Parts: sequence; C-alpha cells; structure tokens
Amino acid sequence: MTMNTVGRETRLDIALVPGTGAVAATFTGNRALMLEEPLLFERGAADGSGVDLPPVPPVPGRLGGLARAAPIGLPGLSEPETVRHYTRLSRQNYAIDLGIFPLGSCTMKHNPRLNEKMARLPGFADIHPLQPQSTVQGALALIDRLADWLMKLTGMPAVAMSPKAGAHGELCGMLAIRAALDARGDARRVVLVPESAHGTNPATAAFCGFTVENIPANARGRVDLDAMLARLGPDVAAVMITNPNTCGLFEPDLITISAAVHAAGGYVYCDGANFNAIVGRVRPGDLGVDAMHINLHKTFSTPHGGGGPGSGPVVLSAALAPFAPIPFVRQTAAGTLELVEEDTAGAHAPDSFGRMVAFHGQMGMFVRALAYMMSHGADGLARVAEDAVLNANYVLASLKDIYTAPFANSGPCMHEALFSDDFLEGTGLTTLDLAKALIDEGFHPMTMYFPLVVHGAMLLEPTETESKANLDQLIGAMRHVATQMLANPDAWRQSPHLAPRRRLDETLAARRPVLGWKASAAA
Amino acid sequence: MRYLPLSDADRAAMLATIGAASIDDLFADVPDAARLPGPIAGLPLHTGEMAVERALMAMAARNTTASTAPFFVGCGAYKHHVPATVDMVIQRGEFLTAYTPYQPEIAQGTLQVLFEFQTQVARLTGMEVANASMYDGSTAMTEAVFMARRITRRARCLVSAGVHPHYTSVLKTLTRFTGDVVVAATPTLAPGAPGHDLDALIAAIDADTSCVVVQNPNLFGHVADLSPLADACHTAGALLIVVVTEIVSLGAIASPGEMGADIVVGEGQSLGAGLLFGGPYLGLFACREKHVRQMPGRLCGETVDAAGKRGFVLTLSTREQHIRREKATSNICTNSGLIALAFSVHLTLLGETGLRHLAALNHARAVQLADRLGRVPGATLLNGPFFNEFTLDLGREARPVVRRLAERGVLGGVSLGRLWPGERTLASAMIVAVTETATDEDFDAFEDALDAVMEGVNA
Repeated sequence: MTMNTVGRETRLDIALVPGTGAVAATFTGNRALMLEEPLLFERGAADGSGVDLPPVPPVPGRLGGLARAAPIGLPGLSEPETVRHYTRLSRQNYAIDLGIFPLGSCTMKHNPRLNEKMARLPGFADIHPLQPQSTVQGALALIDRLADWLMKLTGMPAVAMSPKAGAHGELCGMLAIRAALDARGDARRVVLVPESAHGTNPATAAFCGFTVENIPANARGRVDLDAMLARLGPDVAAVMITNPNTCGLFEPDLITISAAVHAAGGYVYCDGANFNAIVGRVRPGDLGVDAMHINLHKTFSTPHGGGGPGSGPVVLSAALAPFAPIPFVRQTAAGTLELVEEDTAGAHAPDSFGRMVAFHGQMGMFVRALAYMMSHGADGLARVAEDAVLNANYVLASLKDIYTAPFANSGPCMHEALFSDDFLEGTGLTTLDLAKALIDEGFHPMTMYFPLVVHGAMLLEPTETESKANLDQLIGAMRHVATQMLANPDAWRQSPHLAPRRRLDETLAARRPVLGWKASAAA
Repeated sequence: MRYLPLSDADRAAMLATIGAASIDDLFADVPDAARLPGPIAGLPLHTGEMAVERALMAMAARNTTASTAPFFVGCGAYKHHVPATVDMVIQRGEFLTAYTPYQPEIAQGTLQVLFEFQTQVARLTGMEVANASMYDGSTAMTEAVFMARRITRRARCLVSAGVHPHYTSVLKTLTRFTGDVVVAATPTLAPGAPGHDLDALIAAIDADTSCVVVQNPNLFGHVADLSPLADACHTAGALLIVVVTEIVSLGAIASPGEMGADIVVGEGQSLGAGLLFGGPYLGLFACREKHVRQMPGRLCGETVDAAGKRGFVLTLSTREQHIRREKATSNICTNSGLIALAFSVHLTLLGETGLRHLAALNHARAVQLADRLGRVPGATLLNGPFFNEFTLDLGREARPVVRRLAERGVLGGVSLGRLWPGERTLASAMIVAVTETATDEDFDAFEDALDAVMEGVNA
C-alpha cells in the first residue's frame, strides 16, 4: 500500500487508499470499534496483579522441602486491565445475544437471565457437595424436583442426574444397557446405529465394549424399517436412534422398532439432542424408549458458554432403572432427602453400575433448567416445540426453491431443516463458501457437513426464540447470497471479508500445532 | 410468554407460507398412540419470574451456605474467594451465549481465551501442552488412563490409595468394558504420611503396567516428592499420571512436571468456579508435547488468516468423535468452556505473584489451624507435610462428630466414613481444609466446637 504523494495533502497518522479516501490501515491496527487484543502473555507481567490479599502469617512452612522455586510463567494484570482484556476479546465473538444462531442439532435458543440469577443464589452456589446432607436439603429438593419434571415430560419412571454432558449421558445409558445384559448373563454385543447418527453414538457404544453396525436410511430420510427388522436378532444388544433424527425428521416407525427390539431381547437408546421438537407434545416413553439423554444446554436453555459446560441427565425405563449410576436423590422414610452414595448403595441400588463422576452432577445447570421449566410450564413447553417446528418449516418453505432440500417432499420437517449443496453444482462453490458468506451478512452459519448422509449438508435450526422478522432477514440474506453465488461464483471464494479475521488456515494449524504461547515464538 | 416472540398473526402468516392448515399438521408423523390430548399431566402451567423466584428462593433458603458458617470442607472442592470481576466477565453475553468456536472467524474471543487458558494450565502443571478443558477432574483422570493405554499398548493401571475415592470409583466404572485392569489399594492412616504408598506402587510396577496414577497433595493432604516413582515408571516403560485436586497448591509446591509426570490431570474448580454443590466444574489435562496426538478433548491452536493476521482455531480434530466416530480417542463432545474462562480470568487477576501469595496464605493458615486442632483432647494430627488440607484421627467414628459439629453450626470437614464406607480402619479420620476465607473467629469456633463434641462423646 503506497502513500499518496501527489495531489492533496495526506495526514501522516492515517493511511488512505488512493482515490477513495477510505482508511486502509491505522496505527493501532484497530478499526474503530473492531479492536485487536494481544495475548495475555504479551500484555501482562509476572508481578502484575488485580487482587489484594491479606498478609501471610509468619508461620514456618511445612511443605516437606517441596516448595516451588522456579518461575511458573504466569502473567497478571490489574483489575482495569483485566476487564479491558476480556471485554475486548468478548467483542470478537458471535453469540445468541447478538443474533440468530441457526446451528442444526444445537438448539441455540435464548438463554434467560432469570436462570443466571437463580443459579447465583448463595443457597445454590455457595454450598459444598460433601457438606452434611442435613445442611443441603433445599439443594437435594431441587434435584428431586427437576428429576420429577424430566420423568413426567418424557413419560419415564426413572432418571440419572449425574452425567455432565450429552455424550456423558449417552455413556450412562449404554452402560446401563450393558449392565442389564450382564446381569442376565447375556453376551450379545452388537449395537445398531443409523448411518446418520451423531459421531458420539458409535464412539460411546465402542467404549461399552459393543461393536457398531450401521443401518441405512430409506428414500424418505428415515431409518429403513425393513433393514432394521431384518438385522434384529439374538446378537443385537441395542439400537441407538435419534428422534427426531439428524435430518430433522420424525421417525414414525419408532414404536414398531422399539417393540421389535424388545421382542428380540434388546434395548432402545434414544439420543435426545433433538428433544426441542417434541418436548411437551410427545413423550419418548410412549415410543418404547429404554434410555434417553437430555441435553439441558439444548432443550432447556442452559447457556452454551463458548463450548460448555453442559448437562446430560438420562431418563430410564423400568427395565434399566435398577442399573442407574450412583449417586442419586431419594426420599427417606422420615421424609427427608438423601443422596444414595457408596455407603447406602447396597441397600438402595444394589445393581447400580457404579459412579460416573465425582460428586453429584451439574447443579448449576439444574437450577437454570428448573427455572426455565417452571417459567414455561407444561403448556409453555408444548408451545416451545410448536414454534420451533413452525419456524423450521417456514425457513424450509421459504428456501426450498433455491436451496436443494432433499426431503422437502417427504412431509414436514421438525425443528430443523436440511439442505444439501447440490444446487451449487457446477459453480465450484461449496457449503463452506456459503457459510462464510453468511458471516459477512451478520449471521452465524447453520451446521455444515452434518449429517454425513447428505452431500454438503446444511442443517438449519432456528429455535422458537426467533421472531418472524429475524427469520425473514435470515431468509432474505440466504436467498441473496445463493442467488449471487449462482450468478457470479468467482466473487464468492474468499469470504468472509468483514469479520475480525479472514478465513483461517486450519491445515497449517494441524500440520504444525502451536498449542500455547512461547516467549521465543513472539512475532 | 416472555421467551416466545411469535404472535398469532405471525403464526398464521407462516402457516400460509408453508401451506399447512395448522401447527398440528406439522406433527403428522407422530403416531396416534403417542399423541397427547393436552399439556402433560402432573406439571404446573406457565408462570412469571416473580413466582419462579419465590419458589426457588425458598428452596435455596433451606441450605446452609459456606459463607454463613465456619467452613472447612474440602476433599476435591475448595472454598476460595472469587474476585467480583470474574462473574462479571463470564456473564457478558458474548461469552455466555456463544457456542463452540467452529466458525473461528467470528469466535476469536473464545479461541484466544482457550489459547491463553491452555498456556496457563501447561505452565501451572509444569507440562508442555494442555487441552481446552474437560468435564471435571475425575473424568479427566479416566481419560488419562485411556491415553496411557493407547501410548503404551498395555492395560494394567495402578492407582495410589491416596487418590480421591470418587475418582477411583469413576475410573473403575468407566473401564469395566475397555480392557483396562485397574489395581487400587485401600489407604492406611500412617502417621506422618497418611495415604502415602509410593514404595508399594514402585514395587508393583511390572511389564504390563501402562500407568501409575497418584494424587499430590493426596486425599489426606499429604505432599510427596514423586520423582522416585516417575523414575520407576519410566524404567519400566509406564507413564506417570499425577492428579491435582486443589489447583492452588501449584502456587506453593513443585509442579508434577518438575517431578517427572507424563500426564497431569486436575480439578480447576478452586479458581473462578465457586462451590456450586459439585458442578459445573473444570477438568484440567496436560501432557508432554510428544503425546499431543493421543490427547483427548478439544485443542486450540495458533494459525494465520488469509490476510496474514495471527488467529486461533480448534485443531487436531481428527482425534475427536465427530470425525473418527467409533475410533475416536474419546466420546467427549463438550469442554467446560465458561468455567475455563472463569479460571483464566481469576488466574489473570492473581498473576504469578498473587497465586504464590494466595498459596502461601492458604498453607500458613492451614498450619496454624492444624496445630490448634491437633491439641484438642482426643484428636491427633496425622500429617507431616501438607498444603492446605490435613487429616485428624479422632480416635472414634468421625461421621457422628461431623454431624454434631454441623448441629453446632460448624462445617468442620469430611469424615472418611463418607468416602470410604465400610473401611473400619479409616472411620476415625476427618479431613479438614483451610483456605484464605477462614477467619480467626472461624478457627475459634471450630476449636471450641470440636472440643465440646469430643468431650461430649467421651462422657
């Protein structure tokens, strides 16, 4: 970029693009409110600190000669610098609070602030999991109340509350199935998984000592019932099914499948990631399910926090309930609540498959989810499912003339709409290019390349907390981008142009991994 | 309803676009047997914020909080003061309501935080790389054992008796069908070194051993030099996995990395999270660079963008479930992102100077209280070296003592009987944690209450 040396005078501190007057580069690298922020290790100092602590009493140490002598290499910042560092970083993030986040299968609904307020009540936040149980009866009551809601919403008689996330819940359900089989001396080890399943399903099955076989989908995008029934046999331990499935479609044959699996001596695990489509309107227990994990951070509005934490309680059928993990909450004869832990498992959970996690589960997420459920109520939750499904069908109907929708003629979708990149054929452009173009339009793109059963999948889940106006804006932008891409492909290979970063080189990151800051590597 | 923006007019217009007569038509695939006549029975209907607050505040009020009583409960979760800034940062909507950074161009906030977090954890533990966090310390420990098996191709895992029994229990549960053989012993209350079993572990290492897992400080608070164990492991081709449940201890004690650990796992709850009745917590996972492709969990790496600017992305994803499916290194999908942010903010506010000061304060206060309580008639301090947690042998069953202390308004510690039920040799022990939050008045209250309870039991 050269300075303009001929003609009108230029200011020395701002570089202008010749002929347009647009600012090309600033001294700081900032662009008004788009602020660059160095790493903490480039900002802070070893002796920087934003905390004032009381003096250390002069007591001789008793560390057995193991005092940490060498410098650790942890910089600190004063409080104002700390606030500024993280505030500036936060502004480089897209979030639900900023706009629609239509990631299929993730259910990025609004995270209510009442949830945050309730979770921070000291009575819930400032209690230790190992305090005497007489001092935490209110906390145990909350867990018990949430468990009751989950059982009633799903029509299941039992629930394991301790799994820490969805995949952890899958592990819980599959371990319960394995324990049930072992208890009756049954050595069957095959688990059937639809080819459209989320990757955690086969990964989880493998961890429980099962071998995984895929079941194909039919032309309507549902599990091929004939193929499923044909494969069932005395070696099939379980079927792992997602309903609605990962193509956003309700599995209408699930009752039939569950009955057949049970008749063959197996169990039905349901991946509950898509529960938002049916919550309050359909109970998985009525579909014959034996175990289903629920993602509190999806259906029940607990925040995604940039990648976690989640919470994955698992509802269980009567057949699997005896094998549920400890600890869990029960009511004593005296009317108090107690945790069934290692010391009381013999009396109250003799067949439990054991403990899955230290302490009791994601209490912070339990409080948030219960506040949400109580706010919506049974009627409101049914409304949630209805609006979620309505929104997804509206998007599908508004885009299917341009975007290839492989199952648009197979009946309504549920809470998410699936498109493929077939309509881009011949342009050399991909789902990735389209997604990156949406970033410039001010949206987080939909889920890309999942499920694997459709080429260049685009899975779009608006959720019920989007207004029609927001949806219309997204639809308009998606129509605009697609139309432009078809008309002039070459202009669309380099998106995004306007985000804090251009396209990032992920190949380089994997080939030469740099996973932490090193002093010598500073640019 | 306050979370549902659609109006009836909106719904009608949208149905018209879709070409459906009613929303029920969109649920046509639901079998008749699964259709419900109305809202699910047995559950209340919708209500406003005020009513929800009233109900939940009543539940919350039935709990004794750690700030309202002299508080000395530890054993894997610790009450530390979290600066006000931390909660303000994690409540920013751009952090709270962001997703996993799969579109890195619009997630550099989350990604840079993870890169800084990984660097902080690696340095704190004395290791070369750390991941972007896991669910908690117990599941991180299990993942470390799986990783050791992948690396050594051996299946026998030795677990020190000083490891938190919940952690060992989780490991046993999750390895029942993976081919790992877990060998774990019951601890003894050896005076001067409760729960310490390094010599027994060294003697038990053989050619089938994939790893030895040891906690430092251990459940009983004992602090040890693990270098001889590290040497013995390496001679035999096994890995040393060190568990740290009180991360503040690394501000005072030599790091597991310095002692020769191959994998360090831990619980980060002490910094940033609060007690939270057990979750959400923060699993820490760090190891040597040469093993990075066998690590579980998410990893954030540095790269450049198309304009040559430095940026960050999730990387080495081919290890993970969404790519490898049944061949993945783990089935894990989420990390503990928001809690990792809280940890990182708290550690940034402390800085190295502040962390060392905080650790020194914890240790000094714990030594003060340990000596006082050790002089209460009937109570014996078992520890030689310790950091901020120690074990008292009460000479009688400890669980009723803990209950009676609670009745007197003192949350005095954890009885071993709760963690190791059925082990008569351990039933008389109580583990006490002291942090910077305990005051002299709390010390007085604890000493007086323990005195009274012990005397009462004698009488």
